[in-house]
Parts: sequence; structure tokens; C-alpha cells
Amino acid sequence: MIAYIIRRLLYAVPILIGVNILTFWLFFVVNTPDDMAHMQLGMKHVTEEAVDNWKAERGYDRPLFYNEQQDGMSTLTDTIFFDNSLRLFVFDFGQSDDGRDIGYDISERMWPSLALAIPTLIIGLLVNLTFAMLMAFFRGSYVDLSGVILCVVLMSISGLFYIIGGQWLVSKVLHLVPISGYQPGVDAWKFLILPVVIGVIGGIGSGSRWYRTIFLEEISRDYVRTARAKGLGERLVLFRHVLRNALVPILTGVVVVIPLLFMGSLVMESFFGIPGLGSYTIDAINKQDFAIVRSMVFLGSVLYIIGLILTDISYTLVDPRIRLN
Amino acid sequence: MRIFTFISLCMVMAFISACDGAWNNPYPADESDDNTLYSSFQERPKHLDPAISYSSNEIVFTGQIYEPVVQYHYLKRPYELIPLTGEALPKVSYVDGEGNTLEDASGDVAYTIYEITLQPGIQYQPHPAFARQGDDYLYHALSGTELASIHTLYDMQQSGSRELVADDYIYQIKRLAHPGLNSPILGLMSEYIDGLGEYHKTLQQARSGDEWLDLRDYPLTGVEQVDRYTYRIKIKGNYPQFVYWLAMPFFAPIPWEADRLYSQPGLIEKNITLDWYPVGTGPFMLTVNNPNLQMVMSRNPNFHGEKYPEEGAPGDEAAGMLVDAGKSLPFIDKVVFSLEKETIPYWNKFLQGYYDASGISSDSFDQAISFDAAGQMGLSESMQAQGIQLKTSPASSIFYMGFNMRDPVVGGESERARLLRQAISIAVDYEEFISIFANGRGLAAQGPIPPGIFGYLEGEAGINPFVYEWVDGQKQRKSLDQAKKLLADAGYPDGRDVGTGKPLTIHFDVTASGPDDKAWLNWYRKQFEKLGIQLVVRNTDYNRFREKMSSGNAQLFRWGWNADYPDPENFLFLLYGPNGKAEQGGENAANYASAEFDALFETLKSMPNGPARQAVINEAVELLRYDAPWIWGMYPVSFALYHEWYKNLKRNMMANNTLKYARIDTVLREQRRAAWNPPIVWPLLVIILALVILVTPAFIAYRRHEKKVVS
Amino acid sequence: MGTLSKYRLLILCSGLLFVAIGLIVAAPVKWVVLWTDALIFTLMVVIIGTAWMVRSRPYLLAPWRRVVRNRIAAGALVVLLSYVVIGLLDSIHFRELLPAQEGSHQQHYSSNTLSLLDKLLTPIRIQEEKSYSAPFAIQLFSKESLQGDDGTTVRDYPRLQYGGAHLADISQRKEDITNTLLLASSYALATWVVISLLVVWMLARRHGQSYRQQFKQLIRGEMEMPWCTLLLMFLVILLLLFISMMLGVKYHIFGTDKVGQDVFYQTLKSIRTGLVIGTLTTLVMLPFAVVLGVAAGYFRGWVDDVIQYIYTTLNSIPGVLLIAATVLIMQAYIAGNPELFETMEERADARLFFLCLILGITSWTGLCRLLRGEALKLRELDYVQAAHAFGVPQNQVLSRHIFPNVLHIVLISLVLDFSGLVLAEAVLSYVGIGVDPTMHSWGNMINGARLEMAREPMVWWSLMAAFVFMFILVLAANLFADAVRDAFDPRAVR
Repeated sequence: MIAYIIRRLLYAVPILIGVNILTFWLFFVVNTPDDMAHMQLGMKHVTEEAVDNWKAERGYDRPLFYNEQQDGMSTLTDTIFFDNSLRLFVFDFGQSDDGRDIGYDISERMWPSLALAIPTLIIGLLVNLTFAMLMAFFRGSYVDLSGVILCVVLMSISGLFYIIGGQWLVSKVLHLVPISGYQPGVDAWKFLILPVVIGVIGGIGSGSRWYRTIFLEEISRDYVRTARAKGLGERLVLFRHVLRNALVPILTGVVVVIPLLFMGSLVMESFFGIPGLGSYTIDAINKQDFAIVRSMVFLGSVLYIIGLILTDISYTLVDPRIRLN
Repeated sequence: MRIFTFISLCMVMAFISACDGAWNNPYPADESDDNTLYSSFQERPKHLDPAISYSSNEIVFTGQIYEPVVQYHYLKRPYELIPLTGEALPKVSYVDGEGNTLEDASGDVAYTIYEITLQPGIQYQPHPAFARQGDDYLYHALSGTELASIHTLYDMQQSGSRELVADDYIYQIKRLAHPGLNSPILGLMSEYIDGLGEYHKTLQQARSGDEWLDLRDYPLTGVEQVDRYTYRIKIKGNYPQFVYWLAMPFFAPIPWEADRLYSQPGLIEKNITLDWYPVGTGPFMLTVNNPNLQMVMSRNPNFHGEKYPEEGAPGDEAAGMLVDAGKSLPFIDKVVFSLEKETIPYWNKFLQGYYDASGISSDSFDQAISFDAAGQMGLSESMQAQGIQLKTSPASSIFYMGFNMRDPVVGGESERARLLRQAISIAVDYEEFISIFANGRGLAAQGPIPPGIFGYLEGEAGINPFVYEWVDGQKQRKSLDQAKKLLADAGYPDGRDVGTGKPLTIHFDVTASGPDDKAWLNWYRKQFEKLGIQLVVRNTDYNRFREKMSSGNAQLFRWGWNADYPDPENFLFLLYGPNGKAEQGGENAANYASAEFDALFETLKSMPNGPARQAVINEAVELLRYDAPWIWGMYPVSFALYHEWYKNLKRNMMANNTLKYARIDTVLREQRRAAWNPPIVWPLLVIILALVILVTPAFIAYRRHEKKVVS
Repeated sequence: MGTLSKYRLLILCSGLLFVAIGLIVAAPVKWVVLWTDALIFTLMVVIIGTAWMVRSRPYLLAPWRRVVRNRIAAGALVVLLSYVVIGLLDSIHFRELLPAQEGSHQQHYSSNTLSLLDKLLTPIRIQEEKSYSAPFAIQLFSKESLQGDDGTTVRDYPRLQYGGAHLADISQRKEDITNTLLLASSYALATWVVISLLVVWMLARRHGQSYRQQFKQLIRGEMEMPWCTLLLMFLVILLLLFISMMLGVKYHIFGTDKVGQDVFYQTLKSIRTGLVIGTLTTLVMLPFAVVLGVAAGYFRGWVDDVIQYIYTTLNSIPGVLLIAATVLIMQAYIAGNPELFETMEERADARLFFLCLILGITSWTGLCRLLRGEALKLRELDYVQAAHAFGVPQNQVLSRHIFPNVLHIVLISLVLDFSGLVLAEAVLSYVGIGVDPTMHSWGNMINGARLEMAREPMVWWSLMAAFVFMFILVLAANLFADAVRDAFDPRAVR
């Protein structure tokens, strides 16, 4: 097991290097050091000298990948790429282009993101499971049919409508919660309750429908029939057998996304003014702050890979027949 | 089941009791009766270091914290400078090439000398940079173990203060040339302050790595300390606008102790720099700095004290602006700025009473403003009922469309291009633009100088005769037929080249990405279609746009300018030939170059305001109108809405240290907030009831089903 | 049937083709083929070709029959087809010839690119008001200073230039609308009756039944195909078409936007954008996904390793960031090569094309992985092993045995991705990395509507229009996708 994890982690290294080279190249094509300097120095009275100075201060006056003026190893190490990328591997994100410590910002902004994402995930999971169980229980009846139709309808509505509509109704018309903003600590709940509810409602459609399919697949299996033949009540069959077995694919599906919860939700956070990592990323894109974007890409890749590994491990935990090798 | 009901009931009870009063209050409940002003910021300020900071969103903070020697009078119009930390306004004297003092500026002025004397006894805000134990500064050389426990400035527990001296101002002027800072005005100031350019080179050589440069050890020829409270600045030539620069935070004092403290690499790594933790003598100091969420400024306990102005502009007394005359500033204890990126929540929170003042976005306008029968703006009834008040002021800025004068089609000196530009200037109906996109909050521009700046003329004398006519005591845009005729004269009848028949196509370079942008792009297209000209929009990101502008490859573009100081020079220099963007990287984005205009500009630049100057300005502006390098566009009018508990608000487009004048009636605010935000719960109950009704048949069916299986 | 009917069809087709070519050559316009147009036509050719292929292979045809027999799917298909027709009409672009100028023989074309749809919607397209007006309004939405007859200035709602301009007074509006509605409905009904009778007649002929018998069968739903549903859906569409067109020229049925453009027109124009994003995204990356996926699964070894590395790397980059970076690059490219993109439409189109491409790059990995798994399974099957043993060349094995057997996966993922992509466009436009802001799209409409929602009184019609059109499309697509999956996936729970 441990050997497996180590091997997977080692396998992650070339992937992360690939991610780094790709994003580095992408962003330096659009956003040359000159552009960054102009972006940071503002619009009024900027001289070329100031631009050169700015670049020199941050080491952006060197070549991107290959430094011809150096000898030996330093042809590769005395470059912007090497300087900016290598330290990412020890999670030293360095400074953003406007001079803030990215690592500190990430550690600050992580909490609001999690405070939004974790309740949305858990409540969403519970609601979807309940709804799906209900449909599975009444399969074939009007409850099931109307449930499925409701799901398809909910799925067909763009998430933006839920957000725009919800914010308008609950905050503006009914005055129930603050329109946007955030307070750290216990007070956070009144800012989070609406985005969480909207997030849950937005996910019901696809989530419940998927879980229903899994339940139905499970119900059609032989052991369920056997259990029923033994005279077990429908409720017992459903809860004791079907739910437990259906949880395997459901939970493994959930495990993949858990690490990515850190990244926050781009749209939700910027609509509700929650200072999480999602809005951090959007701001960075808009400001073309290359250092932040690249850190977030790296973080996202790492979390994705962790998610994959966790999934594999969770498979072995719930299903002992699967072995990691 | 019953237990569940009980628990949920308890939760509901707890919920309701936890938030008596308004449920949607975004601030902690125990803060509600504090003497606090609530405001917002849209983007986190990048720099709070006065040597670097140049954006309007930063000056909201730096303006309250730093105190330059002079400031603009809060109430008087036209704008007038008065001393702030100085004893009086700077004393100006002129020197010729041989060092002889001249009587006035009329002669051959080689240098101008500004002598400034400070008021004694002004103290800095409490700050760890001043904290001392005996003769040693506590935090100037932090060790690794000390650094480990420091995450923000406020982790340094001890603080001290010191008296403000002339050397602090000198230190900051020297910082403008610091090679590590890249001050945006270094280039400009090197042309004026004697020796600043060379000083920059000296510092570059003297600097080794990140080590602290004690600027006190390097003398700057242009600045001289006379005594503890007096210093002199030596300016090359005659540049009367320099005194306006002295009112900006660029020329605020920085104590060397702070520079020393913040130069420690360990602190820089933790974002503890002057950019994030300013230190000044002003009425407020920054006490919470979390740009991801909230910035808070609190009253500076060491503030030297200042009185509310005793006199104002005509009408101020009637408007109640002088109620607090002679009282001590500031009135409020705290200013809370919350991060608010989206305009809609911002506007709604203002209406709910959670922000004390607001600008108006174009889309909220119909709600806020109504027009009376004469077309005069006033607040709409719903706003008046809420007790909201409105203040307007011309914004000393201009939004224009520029032709690239280097372009072969629209640019250049040729008669053909000029006629084309004039025709387009008539066709682009900025009155309509203002009514659709700014909802009337602007004036169609007649030239480069906006109202409120010397040189702007009202009425018939001020209209642009190439675009407008004076009919029945009102200005009227020339008819489209006249524009079409000009276009035909230019050789493009109906927008087709007279020689080849090719339709005329003009490229409009823009950076558009927002939701509102599509509308105005369409609008511009419609304007050009009126003449039969095809407008092709070349939309790109800001970087590409900037590149295009600086290489002079744009054809038509939108640009704007905010005044640095209230002087026409600050607008006319945007068309001064030697400031050409493509050649010199200057601010003349249209690359307009006319020897005649340049000569007039050089004359009027250093003239004192008066009829003589007005005459030269008129001549210059007339020339510009004829050449039409810009479609003059619009002068925006700045609006502010504020609640009735917000006292002493007057729009001042030049002064930025205005928060000290504000007063808040917190009791009234508290009442209004509660009255405006009653939670409406019944729809929620209806939804819950509906859910119950929906689930009940399912539940009954389930029970029946269950029984059937068992039986 | 038989050979004769086949020939007849061929003759008919070539005749149509000649007419089309004749029209194209003769029309006094300059035809413009945008990048996405070209791809859409490629897609059409692929679909027609596939359909031709499927027609003659009963085992491939069977699942499709199952799809169409499903009532809901058939209804959804009619809806989808009407969207597609609008989208296709909007994909034929041209520039009109400008009137000749005296003394010059050179021909010049307008630099405005129009589509066939624009031409059809001409009155609606050019009837622009000054600013906002509500659906069916005859006055502007906000008050303005008006000069009264006696020279005084009054503040009132000015009349619209076009919307309801034929009415003398607001009181006539209700009657006018009702009359137009009735008239349009009767036209639609008449057209429908004629077409329905034609259909019944054709069916009766084909099945060799009497006309009345056929009619009864149809009503009772005893046919193999759900003709009844199809015809009813068709009636609904006809009704909507006639009503919207006849009312649309008189009023702004969905109101107007900030610069006075008809919102109904915008919504119709947005259809093409939605369809392009939904279909081309998958199409563009399809070759890569199929080739790489099958290759990885079939060849295994280092090929598999390399391909897996590529898609894991791409997959692990957060999609939004990748899209943002690429959209910025592409903007730089377009800005750097202005001579390639003469008109605004071409620039916007290029951006749309790149957006499809990059969305494809972020989404093909899922399909690739599925195909790899399927290919892994298939290569172990007996008949593939047997083919190996007989020394059949690898490319033949791939094209004969592997490829046809993964086709249904490709199809299902294409259909399933469609609705998600249409929804994604809206979100991306919100973030500012979607389609060009000058382009008509639902995302841009929603994005603009956010600001309008804050107005008081609220401007709700842009949002509503975008919502309704998008909802119907996505709903139809979801329902159809369900049917397709059920029909093709033998394991699916029915």
C-alpha cells in the first residue's frame, strides 16, 4: 500500500513538470514581462526605464528557458522558468506580481472556500441521496416519474439563473440574509447559508438522477431478490443492502472532488463576495497576475492527483477484492 | 420523529433570537452604534507607499493617512490651496542663471525655489518603527526568532512616536528616485527637481543587493534643509503647477525609521512593507489591513488637530455645510472599507443602509434620479422618501475618442483627413451617448478642458463651432446633412471613396470584455453607419491595446484623462507634440503634432491665470477644434448619493483627505436600518408547507406499501 | 421501393444541388464562409454520410428506430431540429453588393456580413429603438424630456419608433394583438392541416392502406413511429413561428435592450452560438480523442504510457485557467494578424472557433479514457485475436473490428456533452473568457441582464428570453440524450 502510494507520487512528478512547462509557456506567450510591468506600474507617466527596472527587480529580465550567456548548468538554472517553477514543488509560491506573499494569501483564503464548499458537498450529498432513494423506492410510480422529470428540468436550468434569482429573491426582496460579503468566524453562517442552499439546489438535478440510476442498477441484482425472497421488508432491503452497496460508486465519485474543494467555486464566490480561492483565481486572471495563476494551476494539479490516489485507496477500503499493485 | 421536530423548532428559535434587528446586516451586531463610517473598495489597493501610489482607489487610503504640506480647501470653489502641515503656503522665489534672485517670473528664470516651513509639534501616529528602548530601536534589526512570531505589523507590540520634521519631507523626495521603488513620477519630476535624475543614478550605483540605503547619507542638490522645520525645493525653470504636486501624497513625509524598519528582508517576505502598512501624521491610521475582506482606518490618537473650515463657497452655509464650523476634526472614530466587487450588491447594500454613501452606476440611475418638468435632475420620490440626498459636481476629467494622427486615412495634416475627422465628430452623437450610457450624467465636451478648470468657457463662447451651432440661446449639434457634406468634400460621398468606390472602413480599437460593452460597441457602429462608414471593432485585451497605442498602430480609440491638478496645462499637454505616445512614450495618445499648437502651449504653460492666459488658451483650443484630433467626447459629472445621517459631504474632485470632515448620526442610522430591512419570512414558510404537502402523499403511500409488504 | 426509388432520390438530390449552385453563382452577393460555418457544413456532411451508411445496415439502424419510437425523444427531436434549422440559416453568410457608383465599374461589397437568417428577419433586425422598451410596449421604458406641441418641455415616455407605431393609442393595442394572434394561428393551423393530410396520404400509400384506415391508426397511436406526437409538436412549432413573425414585425415581442435592439432577434441569433459550442467542441477534438484513445488501448506499452501522460497532464490543469490562458493567447493572435480577420464577424467567429477548440481540449480526455478502456477490452475478444492469428494487418483490424465497435461510445458522449457545453458557455462568458462580447449569445445576454436586474423597475425581459430559449434547447437535448443512451446502451436501466 505505502509502496503503491509512493510510486504514484513519483509518477506525479513528471505530470507536474509537464503542467508547469505548459502553463508557463501559455502565460508567457500572452503576458510578457513587459506587459506585467505595465500592468503593475499603472497607466500614467510610465517610462521605459521604470519598466526595465521593474523587470530587473523581479528577475524577469532573463531568458525564459535557456540562458545562452551562462555556462554549464546555469544555462538552464539562471532562467525565469527555473526560478519560478522549482520552488513550487516545495509549495513556496513566492510573491505575486503586486508584491504579496501568495502562500499567505492562499492560507487565508482557503478557509472561506472550504466553509462554502464542504457544507454544499455534505448537504448536497444527503439531499441527493434522500431524493434518489425516494425515487428508487417508488420506482415506476408517479413519484418516480415526476421526480425524474423534475431532475431533468432542474438540470436544464443554467446555474447562473439559480444564483441571480436566489440572490434577488432572498436578499433583495425578502431581506433574509446579507446580499454579499463575509465575516470570518461564527458570523460566517449568515453569509454562507444562501450560497450553500443555491449550490445544493443547483446540484439536485444531475446528482439525484445519477444516484437513482445507481440504486436501480443495484436493486436489479440477484442478492436483492434473494433478500426480498427471504421476506425482508422493502425498507430493510433498501437501507441495509442497496444503500450500502450503492455507496461504493457514490463515495468514490465524491472522493475525487474532495481535494478540489480547496480551489473554491469561481462563480459562486464572486457573486457572493466570498473571499475564497475561487475569487482569488478570477481576480488573478482579470489582473493577469501570472504568479498567482500559475500557483493556483499547480495547486489544482496537485490536488487533482491526490484525488486520484485517494480514489484508488478508497476503492480498496470499500471493496477488499481490489488490490493495488 | 418527534425529537426531530423538537430539535428543528429549537433551532428556529435560536435562529430568530440570534439575530434580532435586521437579519441582513453584513456587519457584526455589536458594532451597530459605533461612530463608524461604512464604505467599500472594489479592488485591493496595490500600493499604499506614497512614492508609488497613483491610483484613485489607493488615494482613498493614503489621502487620510499621509499629510503633505498643502491641501485643497474643502468647500471653496474654484479649488484653492491652503496650508496643511505647513505654517503657510510655500514661499516662491525665482533665480536666474547666475544665481541672482529675480523680482518675479517674467524674466529669464533658471530656477524656482519653494521654501516651506512646517508647524512645530506635529506627531506621527503610534508605530513600531519609533519604538525605542534607551537609544536602541526595538524593531530595526529583528532576529530570526523574533521574526518567527511576526505575521502582521500589529504583532510588534511596542510602538512610539516622534515629531514631524523637515527632513522627513526631504527623505520622501529622495525616495522618489530610489531605484527599488520605480516611482511613477520619477521621469516627470527629474525634468523639474534639480538633480533628481542624477540622484537616481547615484543611488543605483550605491545600492548593493537588498541592503537598506540610508538616503540621509546621500545629498540631493535640489532639496535643502534650512532648519528643523524648514526646507527648500529647487525647480528647474518656471513650473507654477509644481505647487499642486506638493498637495499630493508623493510629497508627504516618510520618517527614516519606517524606511529602516521595512527594509528588513524578513519583513518584506511577510508583506510587511510600506506598501501595506503606511505610517503618517494624518487624522486616521490603518488598523486592519486585510485586502481580501476589509480595511479599517481608526482615529490617530496623536493627530495634531485641525478645525472644520469657517467659510465656504456661496451657498454652503444654506446647505448646512458650515454647521460644524470651527469644531475639531475628525468627527468619526473609524472607517470600515469592505471589499465589494460587484456593483449590484453594492447598490443594494447602500439602499439597505449598510453603506453610508454611494456613486451611482448607470443602471441604478432610473431608480435614483428623476427629472422635473424643466429637465432638471433631482432625486426620485422613492429616494427622497428614504431621505437620501444627492450631490453632483463636474468631475474634472474627460472621456474622448482619439484619432491616431499618424494614420494615413484619418490622421495627418491633409485637408481630406481633417474634413473626415470633422464629419465624424458631428456624426458621433455624444448627447445620445450620455443619455443612454451615462443617463445624463455628463456634458458633451467642447474641447479638451472640462468645466471647473481655468480656461473652460460657458455658453456661446465655449462651443465648438465645427460641431455645434448656437441656435436660440442653446447649443445644437450640427445636422447630419452637414456632416455628410463634409464627408463628400473629403472625398467620401456616402462613405465611399470617390476614386475607387470602395466603402470607407474605420477600425476602432477597444478593450471590451464586460457585459455592458456589447451595447456601446453597437452604439458606435450605429453612429458611423449614419454616414455610411463601416466601423470595424478590433477588440483585444489591455496589453495588446497598450502595445498598439505605443507603436502608433491604432486608428480610432477611446481614452480618458483624470486631472492631476486643477490647471489647463494638465489637459492641454495631452496634445503637446513632444509628448507623442508613439515617438516619445508620452501621454499624447493621438500623436497630434502641430508646431503652432506646441508654441501656444509652451507660452500658456507658465502663465498665471488671467485674461492674457485665457486668450492664449482660446487660440490653442480653437486650433485643436479645427484640427479635430479627438472627438471631444464627454465631461463626466460625478454624482454622490448619501443617506441623511451622513453630514458635511461635499464633492471635491481634487482633495482626497475628505473623510476627516464627515460626521455620522449613528442613532438615526440605526433606526433607519431597522425600519428598512424587516425580514419577510412568510414565503419561506409557504415553501416549507408546500414541500410537506408534496411529500405527504408519498409518505402515506409508503406506509401503505410497507404494511402491504409485511402483511 | 427498390432501385427505382433510389434513382429517383438521386435525381432529385442532384437537381436540388444544381439549383443551389445556380443560386450561389447568380446571387448578387459575395458569399462568406466563416471558420465555424465551414465546420458546421463539414458536420452536416458527416451526419448525412453517416445516416446514409446507417440506412443500409439494419443492425446499426435498430437502435435509432428505438430512439425515434420513443414519444418524448421524437418530440425533443422536432424541437432540436427547429433549432438546427435556425442555426443553419444563420450559418450561411454573405456580403451584399453595394449600389454601383457613377463613373466606376468596380464592384464593392458591404463590409457587413449578413446571414440568411438576418435577411429573413430584416424588419425585426433593423427596427431599432433608442433604448429599453418592455415586451409589446409602444413607449420607451424610461421618461425623457419631450417638446410638447405648445413648445413646453414635458417629461414623459416617448413613443417607440417602430414598436406599435401603427397604433394611434395604447388602448388599441389589446385588440390589435388579439387580432394578429388569431390571424397567425389560423394561418398556422391551415398550413398544418395541409401538411398533415399530405403526411397521412404518403403513409397510406406506403403501407398500401386506405386513407381512412391510416388516419384512424395514426390517431390511436398504433403506428410504429409516433406520428401523432410528431405532428402535434410540429403544430406547436408552426404556431410559434407564425405568431412570432407576425407579431414580431409590429411589436418587440421580447422588448428591446439598452441600445434598442430587439431582444427576440438577439435570442434567435444566439441559437447558432449555442449550437456551435455544443456540437463543434466535441467534433473538433473527436479525431484526437478517437485516435489516441483507441491507440492507447490497442497498442498498450509505451504508446499507452505517453498518451496517458498527455491526458493526465491536461486533465490536471484546472479547466477554467487553461481556457483563460488560451483565450488570451488567441486574442493576441487575432490582434497580431488583423489582415486575416477583415470584419467584426470574422474576428468574433475566430474567437468562437478557438473557444470550441480549447473547450474540446479540456473535455476530450474523458472520452479518450473511455475509448482506451473499451479498446483494451475489445482487443482481448476472440474474433480480434483470431484476426491477429490470421495475420490481418493492424490497420485493418482497427478499422474493421475496433473502430465500429466503439462508435456508440463516441455518439453517446457527443449527445451527452451537448447540453453541458451550452450551459458552460454562459458561465464562461460571465467569467469574461467566453465568446466575443460583440457576439450574440445567451451567456452575453445573461451577463448583461445582471446589471439590468438592479434597475428599478426591473428590466427582466433579456434574462427571461435567454432563459426560455436556453432552457428549451437544453431540456430537449437532455431528453433526447437520455433516449439515445437508453437505446444504445444495453445495460441501461429502462
